[in-house]
Amino acid sequence: MSARGLNTGAAGTKETGANRLRRHTMLLVMVAIAVIVLAAFPHFAQPYYVTLVLPAFAYAIALLGFNLLFGYTGLLSFGHALFVALGAYGAAVLTSKLGIKSFEVILLVSGLVAVAVAIPVGMLAVRYVRIFFGILTLAFGMLFHSFLFKFYNLTGGDTGIRVLRPALFGNEFTELDKTTFLIGPFYYYCLALLVVLGFAMWRIVHSPFGLHLTAIRENSRKAEYLGVRVRLFRLAAFLISAFYCAVGGVILAINVGQADPETAYWTHSGELVFMTVLGGFANFFGPLVGAFVFIFLKSELMSLTQYWRFFLGVTLALIVILFPRGVMGVAQDLWSKLKNMR
Amino acid sequence: MTALIETIGVSKAYGSFIALDGVSLAVARGELLSIVGPNGAGKTTLVNVLTGLLKPTSGTVRFKGEDIAGIGPVALAKRGMARAFQLVHIFPAMTVAQTIGVAVVSHSSRSLRMFASVASDASLRSRVREVAAIFGLDTKLDTQSRLLSQGEKKLLDIASAFALTPEVILLDEPTSGVSSGDKHSIMKTLMEAGKHAGVQAIILVEHDMNLVAEYSTRIVALKEGKVLADLPPDQFFNNPEIVAAVVGKLVGKMSQRVA
Repeated sequence: MSARGLNTGAAGTKETGANRLRRHTMLLVMVAIAVIVLAAFPHFAQPYYVTLVLPAFAYAIALLGFNLLFGYTGLLSFGHALFVALGAYGAAVLTSKLGIKSFEVILLVSGLVAVAVAIPVGMLAVRYVRIFFGILTLAFGMLFHSFLFKFYNLTGGDTGIRVLRPALFGNEFTELDKTTFLIGPFYYYCLALLVVLGFAMWRIVHSPFGLHLTAIRENSRKAEYLGVRVRLFRLAAFLISAFYCAVGGVILAINVGQADPETAYWTHSGELVFMTVLGGFANFFGPLVGAFVFIFLKSELMSLTQYWRFFLGVTLALIVILFPRGVMGVAQDLWSKLKNMR
Repeated sequence: MTALIETIGVSKAYGSFIALDGVSLAVARGELLSIVGPNGAGKTTLVNVLTGLLKPTSGTVRFKGEDIAGIGPVALAKRGMARAFQLVHIFPAMTVAQTIGVAVVSHSSRSLRMFASVASDASLRSRVREVAAIFGLDTKLDTQSRLLSQGEKKLLDIASAFALTPEVILLDEPTSGVSSGDKHSIMKTLMEAGKHAGVQAIILVEHDMNLVAEYSTRIVALKEGKVLADLPPDQFFNNPEIVAAVVGKLVGKMSQRVA
């Protein structure tokens, strides 16, 4: 695991209070700019690109949770597609089979189902660390994938289940066609969700709870002797990550209009890891950046060549070798170089 | 006067190997008990039993009158016993303030506050600063632990244990890997910090007999898992047989190194 602190920037091994305040103000300004650009995006971009932002929102939310577990607690899961898929199938079952359309209810119920599943899975998995944790989560993910195929009546097998348009705050926007709904009200709802859940995660990682998670990542034995309840907190991080992933899964499924068993496939778990590493797991915003870069990179590569998987693989290899701290790491290095030049 | 910590007939066997064999000892308030003995005498096992990490095969281990056999480090920290390790245990990427903060958070039961802010918690920060100041680390609060010198890392390791405001602190060779010049200054800081933090007893595992002689109020010598002697320092060092049994090897080693 790369070295990193809860409050430390790229070169910032030492900083004063005034410095920290300035950094926080700048951060706030940059986040505000990003939100404004995203809010304005549907007004100047082609609808195709706007529909690409929706999965990026979904993954950004999922990865906020994923990285609490990976970047902050030090547990790398290769099975989190399980929870994304639970969100997707939750949305499908609620809208198609139970006739529940309220987006708020769908988010909450799917998230809680994911947490309920994550309790036994997490209790088993957090007994282990490193590769053993990774393999165990991978195994649970594959188990769920095969469950989706076997229980055809419940899950629709390989075709999955349709996801109907949800009602946002009770409003179904029936006057809008599908795309207009998605890149209109739904887009803004998801952006707001990303901001709210992002802020909640920011608070979590900077809380006493988050401090203990980081201590667990850094040295779990020492943490124990300082009174940190290592297993319980690993489990808590696992549950929170499951909730965030399910929320991401709900958005993905609504965007596509289908809950697909491929969502639960292990390569999808791999994509979550890919995006996080691409953006930089050592930075709070890394996974968010990773989600956007990945979605647009994948779409561009797919339109250019049928060998897009090959090029994605090459990209990942190059990032790990050349820029292990991801896009955000590179950005931070450039930024501190710029500052030193002045 | 009841003992703060006591073990009664504690044995620990790993298969056929007996690491501890009927160890009985007691630590009272105000004591600094040194545990000495050659390598393999069972010191580490004893420390692990005393800190509730290992459950003894037989015998009782009590802390403040309660059985603590195998209760684990977290529960022990809550009850008021802290431990610093022989090898430096730090959180490499965390700053000095964050490291001490981890202990302050658990001691003040803040750990479940999921949406509170560490940075704007004034009482947390002042407590961190207070502990850091005792160990002379207050000028390095925002330095990452991995960038500290070896001696500072050692101090930080111990400082974070002190931040739990323990009644008993167990120091496993606190000065190992530190130059002999620094050893005394670390021990002095420790004694000072102990008084300051209200530590009521210290258990010290130490190879350096000069330090043992200078700071102990009592010495327990282990050999092959048994208590060989349990004496005040003056009687201990006036008994050549015991000293030879425990220290002989070490002196031999040291003279070899000098030669």
